[in-house]
Amino acid sequence: MEPLSWTGSVGVFLNPLLGIAAAIFAILVIAQMVMSLFAAPVTLQSNADGTLVARAGALGTVENLLRYLVFALVLIVLAYIITGIVLPYGQTGILGAMSKRFLPIWVALILTFGLSMMFKRKLGLYGKLFDSTIGMIGFGLVMFWVYTAIFSALFGWIETFDPLGQPSDLFIAKAMKNAFPGAVFGTGTEGTFPHYLLGGDTLARDIFSRMVAGSAIVIQIAPLATLFAFMVGITLGLPAGYFKGRLDTLLSFLANLILAFPVILLFYLLVTPEIVDTGIPSFMAVVLFVFPIVFFAVLLNSRYHTQPKVRTPLLIVVLGALGWLYLSLVSQDGTVLHFMPGGLDLFDVPPGILVVFVSVVFVNAPTVFRIVRSLTLELSTRDYVAAAQTRGEGSWYIMLWEILPNARGPLIVDFCLRIGYTTILLGTLGFFGLGLPPESPDWGSTINAGRKLLSQFPHGALAPALALLSLVLGLNLLADGLREESLKD
Amino acid sequence: MLIFLLRRIGTMILTALCLTFIVFWLTNLSPNLEKVAKSELGARITDAEVTSWLDKNGYNDPTILRYGQWLGVLPGWTRTDADGAITGRCIPAGADAQAAAAAPTYCGVFQGDWGFSTVFRRDVSEIIARSLALTGRLMLAVLIVMIPSALILGVLAGMREGSRTDRALSTVSIVTTATPEYVSGVVLIAVFASSAVGLKWFNGSATSAMDGITFANFTLPVLTIALYGMGYIARMTRASMTEVMTAQYIRTARLKGVSFPNIVMKHALRNALIAPFTVIMLQFPWLLNGVVITETLFNYKGFGWTLVQAAGNNDIELLLGVSVVSVFVVLITQLISDVGYVFLNPRIRIS
Repeated sequence: MEPLSWTGSVGVFLNPLLGIAAAIFAILVIAQMVMSLFAAPVTLQSNADGTLVARAGALGTVENLLRYLVFALVLIVLAYIITGIVLPYGQTGILGAMSKRFLPIWVALILTFGLSMMFKRKLGLYGKLFDSTIGMIGFGLVMFWVYTAIFSALFGWIETFDPLGQPSDLFIAKAMKNAFPGAVFGTGTEGTFPHYLLGGDTLARDIFSRMVAGSAIVIQIAPLATLFAFMVGITLGLPAGYFKGRLDTLLSFLANLILAFPVILLFYLLVTPEIVDTGIPSFMAVVLFVFPIVFFAVLLNSRYHTQPKVRTPLLIVVLGALGWLYLSLVSQDGTVLHFMPGGLDLFDVPPGILVVFVSVVFVNAPTVFRIVRSLTLELSTRDYVAAAQTRGEGSWYIMLWEILPNARGPLIVDFCLRIGYTTILLGTLGFFGLGLPPESPDWGSTINAGRKLLSQFPHGALAPALALLSLVLGLNLLADGLREESLKD
Repeated sequence: MLIFLLRRIGTMILTALCLTFIVFWLTNLSPNLEKVAKSELGARITDAEVTSWLDKNGYNDPTILRYGQWLGVLPGWTRTDADGAITGRCIPAGADAQAAAAAPTYCGVFQGDWGFSTVFRRDVSEIIARSLALTGRLMLAVLIVMIPSALILGVLAGMREGSRTDRALSTVSIVTTATPEYVSGVVLIAVFASSAVGLKWFNGSATSAMDGITFANFTLPVLTIALYGMGYIARMTRASMTEVMTAQYIRTARLKGVSFPNIVMKHALRNALIAPFTVIMLQFPWLLNGVVITETLFNYKGFGWTLVQAAGNNDIELLLGVSVVSVFVVLITQLISDVGYVFLNPRIRIS
């Protein structure tokens, strides 16, 4: 077995093409920017024969060329992916092999995009996302990692080796230590996957599989932690902005207090083993995780309190379920808080994860609080709020059923951005080796493990770094597209 | 204005007291203290020995009293042993009775006594002064690179909203905000300093920059921090610039026939730069984060590196000192940003 090169035999022919196209593209983009600085603003000029002229001259030509070049670049990239899937394994190099490995994800992505495009007029804001190119690119990047996480965590389809285990054969382990991308595993005929696609790390584990397994950790924690932060921020921000006065002063002071804390110092103070032993993170979990229950209780009660027949069973069911989840989440084996009998305790979160989760929620909640508070301050002067007040609705009804739905646009955009920020925070925690166990395949820890050998073997840290970059970039682009589309209304 | 300023400073002092107390409480929890005792006396001591050591060194007083002593508003503890030797917070170890009597009553942060680092075996104030000087140089370079480029990027993008230039530059700033320091640092080192790519233009470590800054050893850390902050400032500048460009007085200027460059330079820019000023100031807490990550990545022994060492090695006094400084940096930049905003924007009147 030969080690794989990056692009294999198709590269001979596609690489120069890509190089030339990219070089021309870069030159033209710069030329266009310089030229547009001196050009007159675009005016659509309508001719007598009913046609429109956008822009003529050199700048117009450059703009048209750029449009075609974008198409050409996309086609070349697609060619890499498709040849990788179609041609037999090994001919198309590492990129081809990876693209073959990601086949379920391509199928899922095509299905998602096809269905969404077909019904986009019936899907509200989500459907409008498919009108914006930036939004679609962002959504594609995010869904790529979401599907990677789902398929690898549930079915184990994507990863090629065990992300945590080292090769059992000592000779192979020695050869695969810090192996370069495309290295042959053993002789390539062990019956396992024949290559380490993105090379091996210092413990001879496959970097590709670790990167894929790392996505599952990020995709599980980041959105959920952001959701909890939003619950806390909304439950506290609405009354602060609506009632104002002392309550607002106090809550704002507390929020500013947390915001003035350097994040890394806070992490070091909260996530060290000594502090975990004292149970402070567990008690913080007790406080922070109460907020979703409070939120839903108030939400349902304020709506249905006039119809006790509906409200009482609804509240019993919802609060019962949430309460049980809450108690099982808070009660953890091996911490100070362990009160649930084994049969009733639904699940135990791995020890490091809960602490990481709590600290990330704690850091994010004050910012959400500030956003919700300022939105509420603005929206509570609107006429529909005054109308609801005249009707005699309760304060909580006005906050949760009049103000909150009208604040959803900015909140959805911020939710996307904040998931990205949470991903960065998780990476920071991993980078400093806090919280998660060192062998964990999450991206931050892998970057931390790889950075010591960066000058000789950069691939170990580079793969998770680029993965993290693409996910956060996708979330930011998605937020940008959503903002653009929601402003169009 | 004066009342506004006084109220802001009052809130700031209260916040600083709360925050330092929280840090003090968290670092002085009993498991941390036990660890200190064990690292001072050896790992195999009994619980009774730990307790007696803690008692002898004044660690068993209530936290709030010890916080007061650390601040320097309460008199430091003193203790007389059975054999008559006097020990105390303000008395140097091994001092005789005469020296002990001459020692000051108060010794805390207010008196300039920041304690002693157990890891570096030096005075905390000395370590912090040296590391702050190193970080100061880094930050200065970062600001010199970051602010002009961010402002240029933002103004160029916001000048003509929706144009190709705008979209291209906005995408650039989105990409930089999506790249945390530990990603951009890794990518920059891999591309420009590793033997795998082979460019080797710069050094992958900034350790040598502590003695003398050269282009080769300082470029990458500065770029790493500047890139992440740049995108955010550029986006804020763009937003403020687009808002200004749609204002009435700009339209008036255009109708009067003022040339486009003149409008941008003379009319729009001044008003468009007010909002980015606050953003730049509020960016400092994030820069502090970036400094910690970058200094760790490039092994530059400045303030952030010291923070990591202090927190990782349970060096309580040093960690307290570091947090006091960082909390004050954050609060003072917040104050400057508030006051500066009022000062720069004549439309805002404080009642």
